[in-house]
Amino acid sequence: MHKKTINQLAQGLRSGDFTSVELTQHFLQRIRQYPELNAYITITEDSALQAAGAADQRLATGDTGLLTGIPIAHKDIFCTLGVKTSCGSKILDNFIAPYNATVVEKFKLAGAVTLGKVNMDEFAMGSSNETSFYGPVRNPWDTQTVPGGSSGGSAAAVAAGLAVAATGTDTGGSIRQPAAFCGITGLKPTYGRVSRYGMIAYASSLDQGGPMTRSAEDAAILLQTMAGFDPKDSTSADVAVPDYLASLDQPLAGLKIGLPKEFFAEGLDNGIASVLQTALAEYQKLGAELVDISMPNLNVAIPTYYVIACAESSANLSRYDGVRFGHRCENPADLTDLYTRSRGEGFGKEVKRRILMGTYALSAGYYDAYYLKAQKVRRLISDDFQKALAQVDVIMSPVAPTTAFGIGAKMDDPIAMYLADIYTIAINLAGLPAMSIPAGFSGGMPVGLQLIGKHFAEDRLLNIAHQYQQVTDWHQQTPKL
Amino acid sequence: MTLTADDVNKIAHLARLGIDKEDVDSYAKDLSGMLELMTQMGELDATGVEPMAHPLDQVQRLRPDVVTEADQRGHFQAIAPQVEDSLYLVPKVIE
Repeated sequence: MHKKTINQLAQGLRSGDFTSVELTQHFLQRIRQYPELNAYITITEDSALQAAGAADQRLATGDTGLLTGIPIAHKDIFCTLGVKTSCGSKILDNFIAPYNATVVEKFKLAGAVTLGKVNMDEFAMGSSNETSFYGPVRNPWDTQTVPGGSSGGSAAAVAAGLAVAATGTDTGGSIRQPAAFCGITGLKPTYGRVSRYGMIAYASSLDQGGPMTRSAEDAAILLQTMAGFDPKDSTSADVAVPDYLASLDQPLAGLKIGLPKEFFAEGLDNGIASVLQTALAEYQKLGAELVDISMPNLNVAIPTYYVIACAESSANLSRYDGVRFGHRCENPADLTDLYTRSRGEGFGKEVKRRILMGTYALSAGYYDAYYLKAQKVRRLISDDFQKALAQVDVIMSPVAPTTAFGIGAKMDDPIAMYLADIYTIAINLAGLPAMSIPAGFSGGMPVGLQLIGKHFAEDRLLNIAHQYQQVTDWHQQTPKL
Repeated sequence: MTLTADDVNKIAHLARLGIDKEDVDSYAKDLSGMLELMTQMGELDATGVEPMAHPLDQVQRLRPDVVTEADQRGHFQAIAPQVEDSLYLVPKVIE
């Protein structure tokens, strides 16, 4: 049951092959069977079975959608009413969310069953899921390697069949890179496409939630529920949501694929380069044309991102002060001591590093040289994409320069970890939608292909991904556990 | 651009962020490395470029100034570290 698509499961539920309660029990049993993956922070068994029972009743009356009774997992960054929402941090270890994120609410209304909250890098700051207060998640393809991050728990859970699908968030690659490392499909929508209400903020001008699934078709089903205008999110885009399933079958003849030479330059692993060549040849067989393009400012995307993301996070994370919720230190001597020690005890090292960097970049005398300059360069990078996307329908590239690396391999060198985000980070600066889809293996580990589209062209990306998944079976490969 | 241990302590104070004494040097080294990376960005000529604060260049949407939320003080304060008479308690600021 854990290898079926959402469409197949929805059919099974309707034809009476199994009930949502049975389906939910199956996944809960699998979660208990593989604790060593450390994919879940909180398992909400009781409320899951309750929701499954309610879904079965709805299925009996016919008042349903494709997600009714389907067990999914939420990244622990989405506030979930009455459930611990930790964001992977000690400072929120005692935080029981008093409301639902819009995304959580929408899945609830659709009748989906929430199995629990999945592990992540602390405050989504990390590319390996090793900065979590709850310990690293392990990659189901090789448990000595990382699942990627920051949505590592989501990716590992979906790849290992511990959930049908999961939500993730992506600020600099946090959906796409773990999707690539774990061999699943991940979609980062256009900035503003999915509501950020109740999604704990890291860098507000970059953060975006999206689906992590086993196929493009499943991603289309999830996005259909997640997307849409939300008055509760002041940056939510008031743009109509198309029918994402309706366009999946469109043929790709005449599709123009842009290949930025800077994305295929030195630093890219040979095994990955050869997997991508094969994938691009597959697209040519489907009628696509390959076009060479250039992104001259790509090399400054990493520093630009780290100025903006750190600056915004230092402001966002100032709310964790030990006063109204979250961790408070014992016996504070005075108010400053309360703030300083609560924050000092509650945050991990990577989060502190980014708060320090952001505070410095925003401090008096440095603002123009860092934050303001980064915002200007951000426009240059965004303009590069706009120029390229005027010539082509989609841009394709690697997701990461290597496959999943060993646990602990990069923890002592934060800069090396940052540099590995080179292919994903620029997309967030430009606010574009992008996907990672499984394209093969290198050294036994999954390789992802990145598809980058025009603003609000998620339907086109899903179509391009789905057509590839009709002629390949990389997305159907599952790890031996 | 290199940051010293003193700089790190100053920034940590600005952020009201407690950091372990034994970690100060490693933060100084990491932050200096990040600043080094950022010099590439600093060298790029962006004269006359309009800063980009929002990826879709949207302006902040405003809503009518009317009450939309019910009072949920008790609900929200149930997870507070210390409250009394509906007030959040912190150490005395003024003697």
